[in-house]
This record gives sequence, structure tokens and C-alpha cells, in this order.
Amino acid sequence: MSLFDHKLNEIQSMLHKKEITIPDLVDESFKRIAAIDGDVKAFLTLDEENARNQAKELQESGKTGILNGVPIGVKDNIVTKGLRTTAASQILYNFDPIYDATVVNKLREAGTITVGKLNMDEFAMGSSTENSSYQKTRNPWNLDRVPGGSSGGSAASVAAGEVPFSLGSDTGGSIRQPASFCGVVGMKPTYGRVSRFGLIAFASSLDQIGPITRNVEDNAHLLEAIVGVDPYDTTSANVPGESFAKNLTGDVKGLRIAVPKEYLGEGVSEEVKQSVLAALKVLEGQGASWEEVSLPHSKYGVATYYLLASSEASSNLARFDGIRYGYRAENAENLIDLYKKTRAEGFGDEVKRRIMLGTFALSSGYYDAYYKKAQQVRTLIKKDFEDVFENYDVIIGPTTPTPAFKIGEIIDDPLTMYANDILTIPVNLAGVPGISVPCGFSDGMPLGLQIIGRHFDEKTVYRVAHVYEQATDFHKEKPEL
Amino acid sequence: MTRISEEQVRHVAHLARLAVTDEEVHKFTEQLDAIITFAEQLNELDTSNVKPTSHVFNMKNVLREDKSELGLDREDVLKNAPDQQDGQIRVPSIIE
Repeated sequence: MSLFDHKLNEIQSMLHKKEITIPDLVDESFKRIAAIDGDVKAFLTLDEENARNQAKELQESGKTGILNGVPIGVKDNIVTKGLRTTAASQILYNFDPIYDATVVNKLREAGTITVGKLNMDEFAMGSSTENSSYQKTRNPWNLDRVPGGSSGGSAASVAAGEVPFSLGSDTGGSIRQPASFCGVVGMKPTYGRVSRFGLIAFASSLDQIGPITRNVEDNAHLLEAIVGVDPYDTTSANVPGESFAKNLTGDVKGLRIAVPKEYLGEGVSEEVKQSVLAALKVLEGQGASWEEVSLPHSKYGVATYYLLASSEASSNLARFDGIRYGYRAENAENLIDLYKKTRAEGFGDEVKRRIMLGTFALSSGYYDAYYKKAQQVRTLIKKDFEDVFENYDVIIGPTTPTPAFKIGEIIDDPLTMYANDILTIPVNLAGVPGISVPCGFSDGMPLGLQIIGRHFDEKTVYRVAHVYEQATDFHKEKPEL
Repeated sequence: MTRISEEQVRHVAHLARLAVTDEEVHKFTEQLDAIITFAEQLNELDTSNVKPTSHVFNMKNVLREDKSELGLDREDVLKNAPDQQDGQIRVPSIIE
């Protein structure tokens, strides 16, 4: 048994009783990484010396707290001062950040120890982590399958027991989909809940950082530590922090669940449907009730998302020009040529494809037909959610239409790859919170249940997820590695 | 009907400051055409009276107090610059 099979409160109790030390926790992490990361390939960069020093200091300091002394992995699009941050792109192959992201500062205050940076799709563009320019992360449940993406390293590292938890980011499903594929718990908070300062921007109106953990309670603890308004992110919301973990009451009596018929429709595998229906029965048994509803504009989510996210990306990624940081091409004839060569050599295909799509959608003569149109449809999608939440407390469906696919299976087919996110994208477009919790297996691969809440109502989402988790055993299963 | 031509792809690549080979132009034209054709399903919806959403909450003009603060240290800022001289970032000549 690994130390990381224990929940955070158990780990803290073991520390308190001096059964283990903080250096033991960090040691457990690096031992596991040494043993299996050659297969899983979740980490891009390790920070072993600093982590071990920090562990010693924390042990001696006598500091306490639910997260204190616990090792964490951080997605490589979150900047860490003095620790190489690449966003899995060649254009940032040597980037050494000069400040910490706000979430990294908050983690330090809470006493977590960053052991390293986690692999992802380049600039978070992808659903399989195959778009990393460094390595392909593999699913701990079956090394021939993808871990999902873009936070594939974040989900795989937790599933493989390399770290007890990690941070990911979610623009169209990039926390929830890999959490589902790897059998762990992943939360995308309400847009604005967590500061994006220091998150390398992909689509600024959709991006949100969130926690990936082995269980719901730990997830609630980790989110609590990173929320809050931030003067460095004007889109961070000034809403009071809440104790999500203290509100895990175990009670869902009278809870009204909406199940969108679009989430159990075409393209969703039979086993996924059955696992969701079984989950609803579990929640009914706990006193909740559910009804079928409609989110009529769901099917337009993917198209809306690719136009908006790519447009925002084409603007955000203009900063990677070879001038101030990162890779610079050699033998350029002039400045424009330098930009063009640097970007052509530094970006991978999917990133180029999205920059071009976004540039096209924003270009003169096409702006109204594509970009503005997508913004209008976004309004309709957001309203679908508002209408349902007038009468229901949460929305429940699958996280993904199918379990994890094979490495290489759909990488050459962008549209099929995009369809993976059909059930997660609308949540980002509406800005509401959503979690994925393990809810079964299909062909030996984990499935995820998605629970979606009202704006800033993570509390209810966690409560429902926790009741479901406690009534089932799926989260106790571990991959054999 | 194709939505986007190779010529347009070359123009977009120029706007996006991306050097592209002939082979890439061919591939991106096909792929972007498929994605744009897919995106045109949005035209099934009448949005003539729908306001666009650029941000999910109605936040406007988030301002801080107008007082000076220290910025980043110059040495730190230059640390990641690929080419520099005399405390400044060096780029190819931009004036003939």
C-alpha cells in the first residue's frame, strides 16, 4: 500500500502522530516516479533537490494544515519561478519563469511541495496529450491507451500514485476528460473562481485551473486552497471563499437532478449510458430525484468552441515571437521573417491549425459570419443552462461519450478528436462548474460521471459527488503497474 | 463547394506570422475547409436578436487604485531573451 492511498486527513493524522515525516512523503513520490514514469511518462521536469530541501524545512518548521508537506504535480502551462515551464511546446523549450503563478503562491502558503511539471497537449490544445512536443503520456490503466488531455500528465500522475494530487487546466474539458479516462476526480471550477495569473493563456474567456485528486474530499480541500479574487487577474471573481470540504454533509435528500437527453444520445456508448443510469439509481437511493431535460443547443457546442477558443488563441499566442523569451529561429532575413520562421519551427501542427482557424475567423470579411456568430450561439448555450438551473440543483451526465481510445487511433482526424469534448465543452461556454468522478469500467478502462452546478455552487457539486463516491467503490480501484 | 482556398490559407498564414511550405498549405487547406464546413452548422440557428457573449459575467472596467508600483526587474526580464546587448533585447534591423 502506498502512502498516497490515504486521504489528506489521514496523512495529516499520520504526520501528527509522527508515524511518518514530510520527507517520507516526498520520498514516496520520487520513488514511485523512478519506478514507473519511464512507462507512464507523466512528468516533463522534476524538481527533486528543491522538493527534498523544502520537505526538510517544513518538517522542522512545525507548520500544520491539511495540505502541509504533501507533494503535488503542476501542469506545465502554470508558471513556476526558476522551474522550466514549456506548455509542452518547443517554442518555450528553455523558458525559465521569473515569477510564480498565483495558484503556485497559494500552494506554497498552504505548504504543498511541487515535485515537478506535468505533460500536456502543446498549449493545452488537444484531448489525448499526443500533441505534446516532448513525449506521449500513457494511460496507467492500459499503456496502449491515451490518458486524455490536455491535462493528461496531471491525471495520469495521480492515477499512477506518483503524487496524491495535481493541478490541471480546463478550457473545453481538459481536466474532466483526462480525469474520466484515468479513473480519478477532476474539477473545473466556475469561471473566475481561480486566478489565471501565471496560467499560459489559451482561450482567456474559457480557461480555468482546477484540482485532480484520488477522491472528492481531497479535491474540495485543494480547491479551497487556490480560490479567490486576485488583483493580477481582473476576471477573477470577488466571491467569498467557502469551505467546500466542511460542506460534504453526506445528504442529498430532496436534491433535484436534471439529466439532459442530449448527454445520453447519439455517439454515447451503451456502457457509458448504463453506468450513468446506474449512478442515478444510486443517488435516488440516497433520496435525490431525477428527470430528463433538454439542453437544446448542446450539439452546437463543439463548433462554437472551436471558433471562439481558436480566435482567442490566435491572439494570445501572438506573444510567442522569438523576441523576449523562448526559441528564436536562426538566419532570418528581417524581423517579419524572424517571426515567421520562429513560429513555424516552434509550434506543432495542432497549434498552427488553431492559430490559422482563429486568424481566419477574426479576419476582415469573416468576423461577423464566424466569430460573432459563435459568440451569439454561446449566449444560447449559456441560457440553456440557466433555464435548467431554475428548476434543478445539478445536471448529471457522462463526462465523455466513450472510454480512453488507443494512442495514435484518431490523432490524424481533428474533427473526431474534437468530438471527444462534446459533453464537457458546453460547461466552459456557460462558465459553470463541473466535476468528473469515477463511475464504472468499460473493457477495463475507467468511466467518469459528470456533475454540473450553478455558477459558484461548487459546494453542491462536491456534496453530490461525495455522496455518490461514498455509496460506490469505483474510486478504490487502482491500475496495476 | 470549398470554403477556403490555398491562396486564402497563404494569406492567413502571413497574417498569423507563420512560415508554411507548399505541402503544409495543401494539408491545412483541406483540414481548415473541413473544420469551417463543420462550423457552418451554426447557420441553422437564427441569432439575429441574440446578443454576443464575450464573457460569462457582466464585469466591466475592473480598475485598481492609480498609484505607481514597482515593475519587473530588468535583469530578470532579460534573462529569457534569446539575444541581447547592453541591457536591451537585440532584433534584426527593421529600418533599411
